[in-house]
Amino acid sequence: MCTTCGCGTGQTLINGKPLHKAHRHSGPMHFRAREVDADVQGVSASRIVKLEQDLLAKNNGYAEANRSYLSAHGIFALNLMSSPGSGKTTLLVKTIAALNGSLPLAVIEGDQQTDNDAARIRAAGAPAIQINTGKGCHLDAQMVGQAMRQLGLQDDSLLLIENVGNLVCPASFDLGEAHKVVILSVTEGEDKPLKYPDMFRAAEVMLLNKCDLLPHLEFDADLAIEYARRINHKLQVIRISATSGAGMPEWLAWIKSGCRNAVAAKPEASLG
Amino acid sequence: MHEMSLAESMLQIIEDAARKQGFTRVKTVWLEIGQLACVEQESLRFGFDVVTRGSIAEQARLEIIETAGQGRCEKCEQNFPLAALYEACPECGSYDVKVTSGDGMRVKELEVE
Repeated sequence: MCTTCGCGTGQTLINGKPLHKAHRHSGPMHFRAREVDADVQGVSASRIVKLEQDLLAKNNGYAEANRSYLSAHGIFALNLMSSPGSGKTTLLVKTIAALNGSLPLAVIEGDQQTDNDAARIRAAGAPAIQINTGKGCHLDAQMVGQAMRQLGLQDDSLLLIENVGNLVCPASFDLGEAHKVVILSVTEGEDKPLKYPDMFRAAEVMLLNKCDLLPHLEFDADLAIEYARRINHKLQVIRISATSGAGMPEWLAWIKSGCRNAVAAKPEASLG
Repeated sequence: MHEMSLAESMLQIIEDAARKQGFTRVKTVWLEIGQLACVEQESLRFGFDVVTRGSIAEQARLEIIETAGQGRCEKCEQNFPLAALYEACPECGSYDVKVTSGDGMRVKELEVE
C-alpha cells in the first residue's frame, strides 16, 4: 500500500512479492485533501453524484444488440480465443474445408496488424473480414457489430470470430456470440488455465489443439484438462488436431448441432 | 492491455453523466473493483491519467475500492471467501464453484462541481 495516500499499487507480483513502483496521483495528495476540506466548509460548490455504472456496460449493450440480430436471423456465432500461435487460423481453414459448403459461413478475423489471416480464410473459400485493432489487444462488440454489417451475413449461417491472439484481454469483452471457445495447444504449458484463469472461466468449450504432437512432448493432456476444469467445472473439452484431423468429427458435429439449434430457436416473427 | 479500453469507458460514463447532470469538473472518481475482476489496477490508473487529459476529469483523483471475492460451492452449497478463481471449496474440496461477487468493475460515484 502507498504510504503517502493509502492506495493499492496493483496486483503485479515479482517472485511472489508485490511490485513497488513509483506511482503518481493527479496531484499532490495533501493539496487535494485540503481542497476537499475546503469543499466541506462550503467554499466550493462541490457535490457527490451517484452513478453505480458498470465499466463494461457499453460493450455489453453492443453485444446484446449483436446477439439479438444473430438470434433473429438464426446465425450461430462462435468467439475463438487463444494465445498467439495456438493454431486458430489453421483450425478455421481446416474447419471450412471439412464443412465443404454444407452450411453457409463467414469469418471475422481480429489481429493488431495485417490482413494475412483474412486472406487465408478467403483462399479457403469463405467470406472474411479483417479487423485490425492497431494497438488494441482484443475485439469489442462495437467493432464486431460493424464487421457483421459489412459482411452481410446470410440467415441460418455460421459466424466464426477469431479474436486477437491474447489469453487475457478478450475474456472480458462479450461480442454477442453464442459461445466462447478457448483453444489451448499442447505445445504450451499444462498450467496455462491456472495462469490465465479469466479466459478459461469465460469459455464454454476448450479445444486442446495440436494433439498429433503429443507423442513428441512431455505435455500431460489430462492434467491440462483437470486444471482447466478447476477454473470452469462445466468446461466441455474436445481433443483435436487441425493437422491430422483427429477430433475434427466431434468439433464439426458440435458446430452443426449449434447451427441447428440456432435455426430452431429463431423467433416466430422472423420466419418467412 | 485492455485497461486502456476500461479507462476510456470510465471517461465515457463520466462525460455522459456530466451532460445529464450538468457538472463541468470532476474532482474525485470512486471506482469499485472486485478482487476477482480481470483488471490490473496500476495499469488502469495509468490509463485513467492518459485518457482524462484535456477532459473534465483531468487531474481527478481516482479512488479504488476493492471488494472481496465470494464463491458458492455448487456441490455442498457453502458460501466462502474466494481469493482466486482456481480455489476449491474449503468444505468439500469441489472445484464446482460459482463466483457470487467480487468480479465486477463499477464507477460508484463522483465528486463534481
